[in-house]
Amino acid sequence: MEVPILKQGAFLIATFQAALSDADLNQLRMGLVQQVVKFRSRAVIVDVTAMDVMDSFASRTLREIAHMIRLRGAETVIVGIQPEVAFAMVQLGLTLEGVATALDLEEGLAYLNEKFKTTN
Amino acid sequence: MSVGEIRVAINSDQDIVSARQKGRVVANELGFSSGDATLIATAISELARNIVSYARKGQITIRQVNGLNRRGIAVIADDEGPGIADIRQALRDGFSTSGSLGLGLPGVRRLMDEFEITSQLGKGTTVMVKKWRP
Repeated sequence: MEVPILKQGAFLIATFQAALSDADLNQLRMGLVQQVVKFRSRAVIVDVTAMDVMDSFASRTLREIAHMIRLRGAETVIVGIQPEVAFAMVQLGLTLEGVATALDLEEGLAYLNEKFKTTN
Repeated sequence: MSVGEIRVAINSDQDIVSARQKGRVVANELGFSSGDATLIATAISELARNIVSYARKGQITIRQVNGLNRRGIAVIADDEGPGIADIRQALRDGFSTSGSLGLGLPGVRRLMDEFEITSQLGKGTTVMVKKWRP
């Protein structure tokens, strides 16, 4: 299952589906970084609202995505982590330290627009 | 209500997803809250991931368990992989031999109510976890 990546002005928006395999996550990692390069994007929003489970692999991949994109000079915002998923992540001991998060897509866009003062 | 035993063969990363989805369905059928179902599905995801990472194949069994005055879910992950040399070490936060995060087993233990592990070098590993309905 591929993750759709939408281009919105200077930002990219990747929307996770419910059941992503490790292979899907790896593909997304490469795809996102390539598109950031291609479109000279300033930021990426990863919307995980639909994700049923955030296990160690998924959260590590998200951290890696954010760090790779930072190395390109762009920013990543993870949006839509569900309360139950957040609770399970904390129990598992998983953190997304150093990665920006926001409540939902709208808040994520507002955060980036404020930060870059663009008119997306 | 009674739920039959469900077995999911774990041979690839795709099976991790189907095992945790089936676990969530069983948890819902047993009357667990959706928050608890997420904890159970996350634990299954980690256990199945250990199978793929360390043993390459194995199986996840999900079934109802009945206590004296309570009902719950049991998840059994077993494989015929290399086994774990030092279980105590494997249960410590931060320990990993496959270059992964190493949070798997201690994390799973925190997600569930009961945790049992048996492992024999060269024979395989079995992890059984249970969660009781509040």
